[in-house]
Amino acid sequence: MNAATQTTAAQPNASTTLSGAEVLLRALEEQGVEVVFGYPGGAVLPIYDALFQQDRILHILVRHEQAAVHAAEGYARSTGRVGVVLVTSGPGATNAVTGLLDALMDSVPLVCLSGQVPVQLIGNDAFQEADTTGITRPATKYNYLVKKPEDLARTVHEAFEIARSGRPGPVLIDLPKNITVGPAPYAPPSTQGRRSYQPRVEPDREAVREAVAAMRRGKRPLFYVGGGVINAGPEACEALGRLVHMTGFPCTSTLMGLGAFPSSDPQFVGMLGMHGTYEANLATHDCDVLIALGSRFDDRVTGRVDAFSPRSFKIHADIDPSQINKIITVDVPIIGDAGRTIAAMIEEWERAEGPAPDAAALKNWWEHIEGWRALDCLRFTQDPAPDAIIKPQKAIQRIYELALETGRDTYVSTEVGQHQMWAAQFFKFEQPNRWLTSGGLGTMGYGLPAAVGAQLAHPDALIIDVAGEASTLMNIQELGTIAQYRLPVKLFIINNQYMGMVRQWQELLHGSRYSESYSSALPDFVKLAESFHAKGFRARTMAELDDTIRAALAHDGAVVVDLCVAEGENCFPMIPSGAAHNEMILGPEQEAQGAVVTNEGKMLV
Amino acid sequence: MKHAAGASSATTSTSPSGRDNDEYRAVISVLVDNESGVLARVVGLFSGRGYNIESLTVAPVEDDGARSRINIVTSGTPAIIEQIRAQLDRLVPVCRVANLTTLGPHIAREMVLVKVVSTGEARTEALRIAEAFRARAVDTTASSFVFELTGASEKLDSFVELMRPLGLAEVSRTGVAALTRGPRSL
Ligand SMILES: Cc1ncc(C[n+]2csc(CCOP(=O)(O)OP(=O)(O)O)c2C)c(N)n1
Ligand SMILES: [Mg+2]
Repeated sequence: MNAATQTTAAQPNASTTLSGAEVLLRALEEQGVEVVFGYPGGAVLPIYDALFQQDRILHILVRHEQAAVHAAEGYARSTGRVGVVLVTSGPGATNAVTGLLDALMDSVPLVCLSGQVPVQLIGNDAFQEADTTGITRPATKYNYLVKKPEDLARTVHEAFEIARSGRPGPVLIDLPKNITVGPAPYAPPSTQGRRSYQPRVEPDREAVREAVAAMRRGKRPLFYVGGGVINAGPEACEALGRLVHMTGFPCTSTLMGLGAFPSSDPQFVGMLGMHGTYEANLATHDCDVLIALGSRFDDRVTGRVDAFSPRSFKIHADIDPSQINKIITVDVPIIGDAGRTIAAMIEEWERAEGPAPDAAALKNWWEHIEGWRALDCLRFTQDPAPDAIIKPQKAIQRIYELALETGRDTYVSTEVGQHQMWAAQFFKFEQPNRWLTSGGLGTMGYGLPAAVGAQLAHPDALIIDVAGEASTLMNIQELGTIAQYRLPVKLFIINNQYMGMVRQWQELLHGSRYSESYSSALPDFVKLAESFHAKGFRARTMAELDDTIRAALAHDGAVVVDLCVAEGENCFPMIPSGAAHNEMILGPEQEAQGAVVTNEGKMLV
Repeated sequence: MKHAAGASSATTSTSPSGRDNDEYRAVISVLVDNESGVLARVVGLFSGRGYNIESLTVAPVEDDGARSRINIVTSGTPAIIEQIRAQLDRLVPVCRVANLTTLGPHIAREMVLVKVVSTGEARTEALRIAEAFRARAVDTTASSFVFELTGASEKLDSFVELMRPLGLAEVSRTGVAALTRGPRSL
């Protein structure tokens, strides 16, 4: 993580007494906070009053507290900085819970400030009282209830440190109203960290040496990188590129890791896992040395655990020791920051001790991989006739290609469903921090607010939300935020009239009984856009596709594009739950050789 | 070969039986910052992740009350116990975690209060057994005793079992307090 903090706040003047709210803002400033995403209410009015009287911290008024958290996530993930959220007590805090858990599962550094009833009323079922620290305990990396004014400043500084260090995550600070109203002393960040919290960043050299020795012996090696490398910062991703190139090994990535290694690099074999590429999954299954960097063997990645990469020697580098041997037993664990681990691996590799890597075996391995690649597992057939129905894959592919043509720095968020997986498959990410998606929690409604956060962090960049028509309705109110702050976010709705991913599972696992997965009574998205002061577009046929996307990308304000696509497309390849990597179901274009869904598989999500 | 990952060691512990899939009972000691909510964090971790708690004790152990020691008796396969250790270690207010069962020889003791309500033959028998166990009668009436007994959990179990037919009315146990043997500490 980028731990640099900006020290801008002036030394507190001992003679002036500050209110708790002022102390809070001063601490935020000292932590380098520029933007806060929030929504007011009774318990946080003192903080809003203090915000009103300053102009160094920008407050962005969202339209729902869940969106505040996702916006802060979009801000954090696209910058590597800590995102900040401000919500009121009770319903404000409970609305934020989904976002907090989303950030916890995807290791996004956030600080969420929640209002609370005054200390003396806690426990009385007071108006808008909620046991916020109780409710958010399992949804945060850590949380606090500030009961004494003298704890306030220290708590805020510590919260930022905990959010961004180690494995990053969300930290909540519950602030009773009497604490923010009353006087409080200011304190600068302490230089020594908390004794009980000392995340290990420096990898054990001996473990790295052992890992590199195994890499040298590898005949069919594979890098498997995850979001931890992105969290380790752009330098870590650059170092990863060097390591992958100097070894000549293939590299696959998790959904969260996309962009850590350039997608267009010939050594990149695509995403692995449930909707990963044929070559990535077969390489994972057949490799003899698997080098997991900042990835956690999520069930979407492993498929059937006892059949996961069955013959490989496994190296697992992660900053979170609890990830080691949690799902897959590994041979060499390395605890530490991904960037430092990769740098240490490079050093060891360059020292060239032990036998030289087996170039012939590696060449043979690449031939295998190229053979799998030749299947072209993402290929689909689009009827090119002008009046043909657009396939969702085509729509997403063209959004990518036409966005690329603009030459602009582009950030992509998604909602959750088929469109998300297709975006992961068809967009190519050359740099980290450009891909914003809800991986661990799979939160529909993530994409639009995340785009808000990313656009605020990068006002001149092109921000695209690849959305499904169902997901986007979960936080569609954020078009209001987008209008208020004139954010030129481009919302592309891949409108297949279905909760497509649900429909796909129902087709494959539940006898095509499409129970409640049809998107009935959809709004007219073009009119909806207009009512939110944005520009609406619609494309129904191939003839309209490119022109519509081009016009939308060229528009200098917010746009909502209703891309009406084929209803029945399925997302392939697919490893059904409970199946192994070499039991992928391929698309109709590729040879049929799929897995049979077992009864145990049906029970998995 | 399994490789130790340094200070916060990620070595897989093996069960005393040496077999990977055998469940065993482990005594885990956790040194925590004594702050509000820390017990809820620990207990929530167990319920949230589906781990067992057989018993749990907690009390401040430093003069200034800054830190508490939590002793948890749990059971699971070696992999699960190792996950419990690692997940506990990850909690921000947790200073140290140790699985005493695999760390080496250790002492685990608990206390039980046992109320026996009986007269005549059963009453004398209860008193005789209590003496054999070196339990103390801390409350005595014409028709009842409250015995206090400290020792290993198994010893307490058998004491309670023996009291059952002799008018056992109520049992209150503390859960274990545990320390490693020898000069080494947590
Ligand atoms: C908040 C939430 N509720 C339910 C789900 C389960 N779910 C996963 S994908 C999906 C359908 C999404 O439909 P849409 O947004 O239209 O995307 P599509 O799959 O059609 O591309 C649902 C309901 C979820 N992931 N998140
Ligand atoms: Mg849909």
